[in-house]
Amino acid sequence: MAVEGAIATDSVRHTAAVHQGTYAGGLGSWLTTVDHKRIGVMYGLSAFFFFLVGGLEALLIRLQLGSPESTLIDADLYNQLFTMHGTTMVFLAIMPLGAAFFNFIVPLQIGARDVAFPRLNAFSFWVFFFGAVFLNSSFIFGGAPDAGWFGYANLTSAQYSPGIRIDYWVIGLVMLGVSSIAAALNFIVTILNLRCPGMSMMRLPLFSWMTLVTAFLLVIAFPAITVGLVLLMFDRMFGTVFFNPAAGGDVLLWQHLFWIFGHPEVYILLLPALGVVSEIIPVFSRKPLFGYPFVVYSGVLIAFLGFGVWAHHMFSVGLGPIANTVFSAATMLIAIPTGVKIFNWIATMWGGSLRFRTPMLFAVGFIAMFIVGGLSGIMHASAASDLQQTDTYFVVAHIHYVLFGGVMFALFGGIYYWIPKITGRLMHEGLGKMHFWVMAVAFNLTFFPQHLLGLHGMPRRTFTYEAGLGFEAMNMISTVGSLLLGGSILIFLWNLVRSLRRGAEAGSNPWQGATLEWSTECPPPHYNFLTLPRVHSRYPLWEDGGVTSTAPTDEHRLPEPHMPSPSYYPVVLALGILVLGVGGLSRALPVVFLGVAVVLFGIYGWAFEPLERQTHPRRGVGRRSRQEKA
Amino acid sequence: MIPFAGVAALLIVGCGGPFPQSALDPSSDFAWRLHDLFRGIFFWAVVVFLIVEGALLVAVLRFRDRGDGRAPAAGHGNTVLEIAWTLAPALVLVLVAIPTIKTIWDVDRAPSGEALVVEVIGHQWWWEFRYPDLGVVTANELHLPVGETVDVRLTSADVIHSFWFPRIGGKRDVLPGHETHLWFKVDSAGVHLGQCAEFCGLSHALMKMQLVAQEPSEFDAWVEGQLAEAAAPESGPAAAGGELFVTAGCTACHRVAGTPAQGAIGPDLTHVGSRRRIAAGVLDNTRENMERWLRDPQAVKPGALMAVPELDEGQIRSLAEYLAGLK
Repeated sequence: MAVEGAIATDSVRHTAAVHQGTYAGGLGSWLTTVDHKRIGVMYGLSAFFFFLVGGLEALLIRLQLGSPESTLIDADLYNQLFTMHGTTMVFLAIMPLGAAFFNFIVPLQIGARDVAFPRLNAFSFWVFFFGAVFLNSSFIFGGAPDAGWFGYANLTSAQYSPGIRIDYWVIGLVMLGVSSIAAALNFIVTILNLRCPGMSMMRLPLFSWMTLVTAFLLVIAFPAITVGLVLLMFDRMFGTVFFNPAAGGDVLLWQHLFWIFGHPEVYILLLPALGVVSEIIPVFSRKPLFGYPFVVYSGVLIAFLGFGVWAHHMFSVGLGPIANTVFSAATMLIAIPTGVKIFNWIATMWGGSLRFRTPMLFAVGFIAMFIVGGLSGIMHASAASDLQQTDTYFVVAHIHYVLFGGVMFALFGGIYYWIPKITGRLMHEGLGKMHFWVMAVAFNLTFFPQHLLGLHGMPRRTFTYEAGLGFEAMNMISTVGSLLLGGSILIFLWNLVRSLRRGAEAGSNPWQGATLEWSTECPPPHYNFLTLPRVHSRYPLWEDGGVTSTAPTDEHRLPEPHMPSPSYYPVVLALGILVLGVGGLSRALPVVFLGVAVVLFGIYGWAFEPLERQTHPRRGVGRRSRQEKA
Repeated sequence: MIPFAGVAALLIVGCGGPFPQSALDPSSDFAWRLHDLFRGIFFWAVVVFLIVEGALLVAVLRFRDRGDGRAPAAGHGNTVLEIAWTLAPALVLVLVAIPTIKTIWDVDRAPSGEALVVEVIGHQWWWEFRYPDLGVVTANELHLPVGETVDVRLTSADVIHSFWFPRIGGKRDVLPGHETHLWFKVDSAGVHLGQCAEFCGLSHALMKMQLVAQEPSEFDAWVEGQLAEAAAPESGPAAAGGELFVTAGCTACHRVAGTPAQGAIGPDLTHVGSRRRIAAGVLDNTRENMERWLRDPQAVKPGALMAVPELDEGQIRSLAEYLAGLK
């Protein structure tokens, strides 16, 4: 297996020179960075922090439900907890964890030096970060949102939810939407335009493909919820009546707008995970992905069909038999491309030489549990059958088999797989395996009984249940499982922290990966590739001459590539949006004007920031060099 | 897969019922239709589960790298296989879709012939039941005759709720500004448990109800009783309670037929003494529970809209005595 292409040798030669002083330290350098790798790290750390917050909320929920008629947590706090658990896991944990991978891996995987719009990338991160802090600050100031992550009208109206809890949710989600759309546009342009020579779309690694599809989903889906949120904001702040049936409004308008976003959102969470698994399985089977074009097209098809199924969240609303039939059938169709992916992964393993290192364990665990989530999904796709299951713990079990057993297992696999790319060190295999097995057992212990709870009549979003309904034992098992699940996360955290200092040196390609990100060092130099690579196959590092340099001779090589300058304006602009949000929340006009002023200043400064300011990598990202380049 | 087996074994052994609120124990034509459909889909789910997880397991066991230097097989794909495993799930889906669509149309169609009309009105956090043809109004306890088709019409007085008796059938959302419908025929006498299934605010978990399915003759007797006014207490603490009911302001929200109490905001209390439970299915209808409820409704049901003026223990006792007598 020829790993060493021309690029690898080039890079190695320059490693020593490049590594010293590539990055300036200090808070300022992180605030102003436009480097996709540092932004990726910031996304990853924030996402993991909020994953822990959401997990803690889940543990409190499970402790309350561990026994019937428990008085540990009251109704008010419980409703805040389940609302914020859902909102946090979807918007503040899984989505940004996906964004962390997009940022760190995609430019490396497509042979680019950065994303297409580095400052916009920094802006996306900071708006996300401020939005996340804004949303969670509600716990301290007057209580967190408490109308569910789906925020159904008219419970969210000023009449039925007075106070500012729902305002936190509305404004926070609008901010997160700005971040997501900006990031998505950036990645669409990056993947379409910055692929290195030779990387046709049908040579694009699966993870980058799924990132592209996810970005299109984001751009198309987020406007729908943004419209809904703006209407809701107007209802709450300015007395409009879009969702007030007593005044001629309609509560179902919200449900349509929300789920036109909400169902594609599920695939926004899922597709990056499918991409990760499609990277891990071939590498650890030492075999190319079986049916690459089918896996690509099925991902595109899942995304496309995902826009035509939103009303399957509304089967109990009584839309009538025509709508229920159409949305049932459309939903079932999604099982076909999903099945194709699963069969292709298994076929990739078939005949391979499987190495069960930690990333592979998580990828296989993902398949095993995602199948369960898919099959329970078919039961909900059947509108009539769903009438019994919707809004019960059966659905809670289903979404967790898809989003935890599925997406989170895949993303943990992705962390184990790519962490050496980020830190230069491997995580410990023994601890990784222990993490996997404890998590797999705990996960099933937690969520499998919830299928049965739902079928036996336990509705979701209830802070208590009566003794004598037969729910006691299974809830107890579920709670024990959830505590064990929390323990498995501690094993992971210990492994991660430990690896930073004591992890084995990774070298440049610890797993014998096939794709371009493994052609540069771990961690990669500031500019990723000294000379841009040219690829000649889908698995360039697995073939002799699969990757060559674009610089024909030594004279064509720049001594060091010039990278975009750091900039304060993205974080300033994001801060302006935060101030606007606080102004809207407090309904204080001066704060709103201050926000407008900061936003305008940010946009102006951004637009007229001199382009000639360049940074010499050797002198550090954090310091600006005004030196003109001849 | 080992965890699956472990969990499954655990559940079969250790978590037996009884499950009085279970969707797996149908008791109406509607519930049976959904249950039969579910069983069919479940069968196919198990088949697919066994095949796919089995294939995964075989791949894991058979192709594990044993360090014998075996080279992995070559190959990028196989179009015939791809077509096969696209068509196979499509075929299974057709087998699932046909009964699904049939059931959708069966359960979403108004039945022909006579039906007992019941209006369900959702409130934060209790249920109002009206029988417009019979002139009966009650709360949280729905009486229905066995074997007769019921035409349920649902609306909400405030936010979205969802009407759900798992043994009687699927959910139907209860919406402000829209009337939704359900039709079913209960097939055996007994008490069925239900509760709101759409998150509707603070005490969503405590918005419960009971369905008392009775033989038609018993149901008719119940209707007759409901149409009669409850006997007014002549003397004693109950009479004092009756007076207090008016002077303490209960009448602003509650109705007791044949008395000045004609409020229409809270539950109709004309026959509250005969109900099995109080506070929307949360407490058994005992004297102690009624007193507990009157002492502090929000302690039982957070956010409950019921306002009770300052009452001393004696007043609470006489009020409970009065309400218990409303049969």
